[in-house]
Amino acid sequence: MPVSALTGSRLRERRVALGLRQADLAATAGISASYLNLIEHNRRRISENLLEQLAQALGQPVAMFQEGVGGAVLEGLRAAAAEVPGAEVDRIEDFAGRYPGWAGVVTSLQQRAAGLQRALEAMNDRMSHDPHLSASLHEVLSAVSSVRSTAAILADTEDIEPEWRARFHRNLHQDSERLALGAEALVSYLDTAGQADEQGIASPQEEVEAWLAAADWRVLDDGAGLASGAARAMARDLAAVMRADAAALPDQAFAQALDEIGPDPARLAARFGVDELAAFRRIALRPQAEVGLVVCDASGTLTFRKPVAGFALPRFGAACPLWPLFAALGQPMRPIETVIETAGPQGRRFLVRAFCRLRFPGGFRGPELREAAMLILPDHARTGEALAVGSTCRVCQRLQCPARREPSILTA
Amino acid sequence: MAGRVLLIEDEVNIAEAIRFLLTRDGCEVEVLADGHAAVAAVARALPDLVILDLMLPGMSGLEILSALRADPVTVAVPVLMLTAKGQGRDREAAERAGVSAFMSKPFANAEMRATVRALLGA
Repeated sequence: MPVSALTGSRLRERRVALGLRQADLAATAGISASYLNLIEHNRRRISENLLEQLAQALGQPVAMFQEGVGGAVLEGLRAAAAEVPGAEVDRIEDFAGRYPGWAGVVTSLQQRAAGLQRALEAMNDRMSHDPHLSASLHEVLSAVSSVRSTAAILADTEDIEPEWRARFHRNLHQDSERLALGAEALVSYLDTAGQADEQGIASPQEEVEAWLAAADWRVLDDGAGLASGAARAMARDLAAVMRADAAALPDQAFAQALDEIGPDPARLAARFGVDELAAFRRIALRPQAEVGLVVCDASGTLTFRKPVAGFALPRFGAACPLWPLFAALGQPMRPIETVIETAGPQGRRFLVRAFCRLRFPGGFRGPELREAAMLILPDHARTGEALAVGSTCRVCQRLQCPARREPSILTA
Repeated sequence: MAGRVLLIEDEVNIAEAIRFLLTRDGCEVEVLADGHAAVAAVARALPDLVILDLMLPGMSGLEILSALRADPVTVAVPVLMLTAKGQGRDREAAERAGVSAFMSKPFANAEMRATVRALLGA
């Protein structure tokens, strides 16, 4: 392992902690105190042999002084500093080098906070928009209300007529049955959601997306092993579409064209004589491809989501109305390209390309169907104007956004 | 207390409990389970108080409340809104629409009777 740029600082920390004088340690290693001073201030590189001698004198393995500060730790410290302003950002490396243990603590706390925030967002999303949960809770609350009022009447009314008493006993029995069923449904719902996936898969669409993600966005089978019938049917349809895409845009020829043209779905579609959305899918649904994809229907409902690092996609409810996906939905057959920037202290930039196709499966007398797709490509240029977007209003930090539908829970 | 109360509630057992309590307190209680018929029923009967559930089949309690407040005949009828959804946005929306009082399910019988008594001015 190479000697770290901060090896000297660590040697100094250890010497001071042991209460050794610089001159004494230098004498043990057979060097001058002034040379050790230069080493300790990271102004001279230290040879492997000398480091071994000093480490032995300081009673620590060599590795303790060699280990460089991991990129992940520095990244974590920067993220923490971005969340809570006030830290000396220009001295991050110095801090991490001098106090690797504390740096690790700060980094892991930052990661934990970010994880909790993600979990909170997901749970809020689910509580707010999940119709099953809302209906189950309503059922239980209604039964509880009835039981409470009825039981209080029976307890408090001494001169209650026999017919009313009988009727209320019957009502109590009915409501207690209903309560038992409602509670059972609720528990079973929450249990199932927990078992489906560690992240709590709640819909057939999520099941299909998780199945495809697990196969690195390749079609290995028809999804026959999926838990729900709806997910199996959706997986079968999607697998058929992806197989057709692969046949029309064969691996080798497509990879070659992608190298040559770049991720331009319109030009790739023209090259292979296929519709643009097939090219969108083929660009995004490749192993290792760091490209996100969202597809929606005419109602704006997201019908497919492939996430990409740094760009959060909502699990439930409506997405940010500023996404170019929806601009494309309103202007069929017109390619839209925009650089976007996500909300938050570490806003990320992406180049997105969106397109909407019209279909008339019922002919002249049938309905018009719209399907829009948006590719999310990392933007390496990082300069110039960018459209500020979010994930969904409930978890978006852009308070003054003119397109806001509802307040964000992150600003409470 | 005396007064004519129109109770619009689709949960039969809750409606029965409220009817029992208010009848014993001297009120004349009519029960309606469907949202669609509610607006016309209020205009026809002009009760002293409407007790309105938020979640109803046909037409929501908020829609009924808005329709009552938009009609000069029913604009002044006091409305007590019941909901199983608790507070927050529903409560704010009911207040904006001109609700007279608001009660969350499950409620205590004494609280319900006191609120009705206050709204009837008894």
